[in-house]
Amino acid sequence: MNRAGRVLAVSAGIAFAAALTAYYVVGYLMMTPPSVAASGSPPRARLTLQTVASLGFKPHPDWVSYLAKNPQGKWVHGTVLKVPANSLVTVTVYQYDTATGLRNPFWGGFHGTVGPVTVNGKPLKTLDPSLASHTFAIPDLGVSVPLKGVADDAKNQCSVAPCTLAEAHNTIVFSFRTGKRGTYRWQCFVPCAAGFILGFGGPMQSLGYMDGLLRVV
Amino acid sequence: MTVPRTTVGPAQVPRHWLRMVVIWAVLSAVAVPLIVLVLGPHLPPGRMTAEAGSQRDANTVMTALLAPIVVAVLVFFVYAIVVFRERGTAIVDGPPLRGHVPMQTAWVVFTSVIVIALAAWGSYTLIVSSHGAGGGQGPDPVAVPSHRSQDLVVQVIGQQWNWTYRFPKYDDVETDHLELPDNSPIELHVTSLDVTHSFWAYQLGVKADAVPGADNVAFVHTRNDGTFNIRCAELCGLWHGHMYQTGDVVSPAAFKSWISSQQTAEAPNLRYLPPFGRTYYPAPFRRAG
Repeated sequence: MNRAGRVLAVSAGIAFAAALTAYYVVGYLMMTPPSVAASGSPPRARLTLQTVASLGFKPHPDWVSYLAKNPQGKWVHGTVLKVPANSLVTVTVYQYDTATGLRNPFWGGFHGTVGPVTVNGKPLKTLDPSLASHTFAIPDLGVSVPLKGVADDAKNQCSVAPCTLAEAHNTIVFSFRTGKRGTYRWQCFVPCAAGFILGFGGPMQSLGYMDGLLRVV
Repeated sequence: MTVPRTTVGPAQVPRHWLRMVVIWAVLSAVAVPLIVLVLGPHLPPGRMTAEAGSQRDANTVMTALLAPIVVAVLVFFVYAIVVFRERGTAIVDGPPLRGHVPMQTAWVVFTSVIVIALAAWGSYTLIVSSHGAGGGQGPDPVAVPSHRSQDLVVQVIGQQWNWTYRFPKYDDVETDHLELPDNSPIELHVTSLDVTHSFWAYQLGVKADAVPGADNVAFVHTRNDGTFNIRCAELCGLWHGHMYQTGDVVSPAAFKSWISSQQTAEAPNLRYLPPFGRTYYPAPFRRAG
């Protein structure tokens, strides 16, 4: 190859590498996880969530996950939730997973809620920590609610999200109050998946699965 | 300041030293009181506890001791640039330095005295007067206060990603907020349920690793009321940066009221808590995944 050819080949290689780098950087910067807004209007809002044992689709079909229902009634695989400031937010969780048990039984208590917490329509003051499948906790708002798991031998268990009300589940309803605007993290405290003996992994460490953000707007 | 080149000679060298020493002494005499009296009261971490106070004292003393040394270096540096710089075009090598035994001896002795004195003072503070200086001492602490039996024992439990606290003196109640009575000796037992965290209560002057399966003991004596920040100082996963809380040092009466309200609020859940122990080996009843 003559000198001009080599220069051309090297230039093309550099341009290709630069384009790939730019594609990756721009893609990373533009990437925003789906956000789901609460329904209703201030000072009241309503969030509807479900927890599933396995998502059923890529990129991690066997990961446990939260899903949220958007105001149009469609289930969205996203954990960035948008709620109004200075409002009472009522959360309904359809819980389809079986129990794992809490690492710290303290989180079996209900914290930071307003009014009663009901499980399948019955008010409950605390949950036996061994029955917990997940928790919905917003530590910065002092909110923590354990979610009761379905029985291991329950019939018609859901295997692929989104699950339907015809499948085995528990319905947990609670309310909490939002304050000023801001972004707060929320998480599950149950080592419900890849909960290794020394720490969380997989969906427990991933936004969009068992961790999320609460945007108070 | 200029020195005519024609007059430079061995007879004038002592005058340079004298000038530098005078400038150094004046600047140091100004800097040290400023550091002790003006900067010192604002140095971290404050005086919310006796241990924090001793840390602030250490920061003040170290800064005040450091100032004359820094001033000496800067004075010599600036003086040399101003006075000894070559003004002509010719670059002539200076006279060779052959060493100066009295100066070298004085330097070694002076710096050794400073280091040994600071080590002795630091060791005394760490072990005797400050009982570990707010640091975690492991399960069998060496620097133990004489009044240990009167301490309020508080267990600090780290978990991904929050802190909780158990009070064995109050029915083993566990809380997700920390309040402490003022003017009281506190014995913190720091542990973890999963990965290694580090309990850093900044204004309390406390920093102790939270290690699963280990009981890391730290002593602190509260003094003044106020709010303190709690952070995790050990990278522990996705929400490590959010593992943040605030705590409060309050009057003993306010503490009694608060702990009583916690006992009432947590009563339904109390029966599910394991017996108080120095550690809790990570043991969920079942584990998925």
